[in-house]
Amino acid sequence: MADIVLDKVSKKFPDGTIAVRDVDLEIADGEFVILVGPSGCGKSTTLNMIAGLEDISSGELRIGGERVNDKAPRDRDIAMVFQSYALYPNMTVRENMAFPLRLAKLDKETITRKVEEAAKVLELTPLLDRKPANLSGGQRQRVAMGRAIVRQPKAFLMDEPLSNLDAKLRVQMRTVVSRLQKQLATTTVYVTHDQTEAMTLGDRVVIMRGGAIQQVGPPQELYDHPNNLFVAGFIGSPSMNFLTATVDEGRLRTALGDVPIGDRIRRELEGADAPRDLILGIRPEHFEDAELIDEETRRRGAEFTAPVDIVESMGSDKYVYLSVEGERATSAELEELAADAGAADFSGAGSNLVTRLSAESTVTEGEDRRVWFNLEKIHLFDPSDGRNLTLHEGRAAGALAD
Amino acid sequence: MADTTTRAKVRWGLLDLAVVVFALTPVLWIMSLSFKTPATLTDGKFIPREWTLENYRTIFATDQFVRALVNSIGIALIATSIAVVLGAMAAYAISRLDFPGKRMLIGVSLLIAMFPQVSLVSPLFEIERQLGLFDTWPGLILPYITFALPLAIYTLSAFFKQIPWDLEKAAKMDGATQGQAFRRVIAPLAAPGLFTTAILVFIFCWNDFLFAISLTSTERSRTVPVALSFFTGASQFEDPTGAICAAAVVITVPIILFVLFFQRRIVSGLTSGAVKG
Repeated sequence: MADIVLDKVSKKFPDGTIAVRDVDLEIADGEFVILVGPSGCGKSTTLNMIAGLEDISSGELRIGGERVNDKAPRDRDIAMVFQSYALYPNMTVRENMAFPLRLAKLDKETITRKVEEAAKVLELTPLLDRKPANLSGGQRQRVAMGRAIVRQPKAFLMDEPLSNLDAKLRVQMRTVVSRLQKQLATTTVYVTHDQTEAMTLGDRVVIMRGGAIQQVGPPQELYDHPNNLFVAGFIGSPSMNFLTATVDEGRLRTALGDVPIGDRIRRELEGADAPRDLILGIRPEHFEDAELIDEETRRRGAEFTAPVDIVESMGSDKYVYLSVEGERATSAELEELAADAGAADFSGAGSNLVTRLSAESTVTEGEDRRVWFNLEKIHLFDPSDGRNLTLHEGRAAGALAD
Repeated sequence: MADTTTRAKVRWGLLDLAVVVFALTPVLWIMSLSFKTPATLTDGKFIPREWTLENYRTIFATDQFVRALVNSIGIALIATSIAVVLGAMAAYAISRLDFPGKRMLIGVSLLIAMFPQVSLVSPLFEIERQLGLFDTWPGLILPYITFALPLAIYTLSAFFKQIPWDLEKAAKMDGATQGQAFRRVIAPLAAPGLFTTAILVFIFCWNDFLFAISLTSTERSRTVPVALSFFTGASQFEDPTGAICAAAVVITVPIILFVLFFQRRIVSGLTSGAVKG
């Protein structure tokens, strides 16, 4: 059990590329922290530096208060679960799990006892004498976890441990990982590129992009109060809608009609170097069928009419895709997100809004529908640096805030 | 459908048979000759009319052949074990580490493998005479290792490259030193590669004639292929063909045993289950 502190940790490869840049992160004892980001954001490199599999170019890494920059992985007393599981194929499940204990030169009885305890926790007891080749993907994954927990290390590092499983098993293993972490109360750093995993598992989520940390916080906070365009677009599924917005006479002109702005935002936009063009962000659940809104709620938002493209009924609610006029919002961050999602070359003319309406809505495909959206929940971003302009002391307050 | 598959089977069967016959006829011919008496040696019959073990008795009667056999086995085994151990370490470094001069090392070892051995024989002869290695075991073991190493490094690095790197990282995280990770995780997985390499190197040393005839002069270190060429008949006027054939059969046996023994260890797909996919 120990806390892990990264103090201005950087990684520069011999060819000059900087994979990780000045990462500051304090992970408390027993905390479950998720590193998340698109591929190439430096999350795995960061994990490998904590593990000791990669050298730290500059900065300091402390585990349990002790500087471990120059310590070999074996002297750091941390266990790691690999994406590929990395089980030793020539050993049985029992031998695989006993391997770290045998290297630690424990006596035979202790080893047997500990292996059996760990096997019990992970329901591996009937598989102990099998070879990894005769196990299913999920079982191999559990053996890999077993090998990590068996020696009760100071911390667990997990490198996309679930990404090789099929979707159903992944959801199941997610709860296993979560329960195991609570039960053992061991500091855990978990790397994933899947934002759903990040949202559901961690106490805190660290979002990385291009080797730098974008935002650190509990999942809900990242969702509600994103620091910048990248975080806003990365967290959430379906992701946030982005539209271009132009500042004009104290109002915002957007494809959804004019949006009034409050005093605070107006003050932000008054400076000479303030941006004229903004990106407006709004999450799918902050739309609603205008027919279903009571007067009280109606006053907090605005309405627009748009043709309905596709309706996906999920039972609990409806995903409705609306076509709206106007240009797509563009910025470096959004392009990176689109590239990561594999949608870079998939963009029709105009923009498409994804909305989540109540199941009671009678919306049908092809019609023009009046839709309401919540002005208190919209975010405004500066396209040049992606900063969230609606954020005030770490809280997003919508466009109307005074 | 059934018809075509039967025909396909027959066709393949005939083809296989042709290959086997082509490959084994000389060996069987030698065996047949080794059992013939001097009188029937040149009768051209495949199956001997008169069977005799006289030829085998002749070769084991004198010390000459037995001595050569001991030399051959000893020299080949020592050269093989040294070459495989050195080759394994070099191949591991090549497949895992990025060190300065790596490309050069690979290039030079390839160069050695390509170098015509016959052009090295005279200088080696001179060098070994100066160093007092001429006509000794080390005098043959050293050149054998030199020429077997590139072969060993190439075969082994291909095997090491197949082993997922994650296994080694996992071993390190589990508390192993670099050496422990190699001995307890990587080497057992590379075992099929080690055995394959051992067989190839052993056969290379066992078959060599060029170095053996140039760098030896007495029974002290003369190996079997050379000893065969010095065979004489029971009397000066007798043709030693039968004896040579018997000796040829005898020296094939260790190779067959060696291959059979190690073949059982070459289990393919040993790494399956280590990583997904």
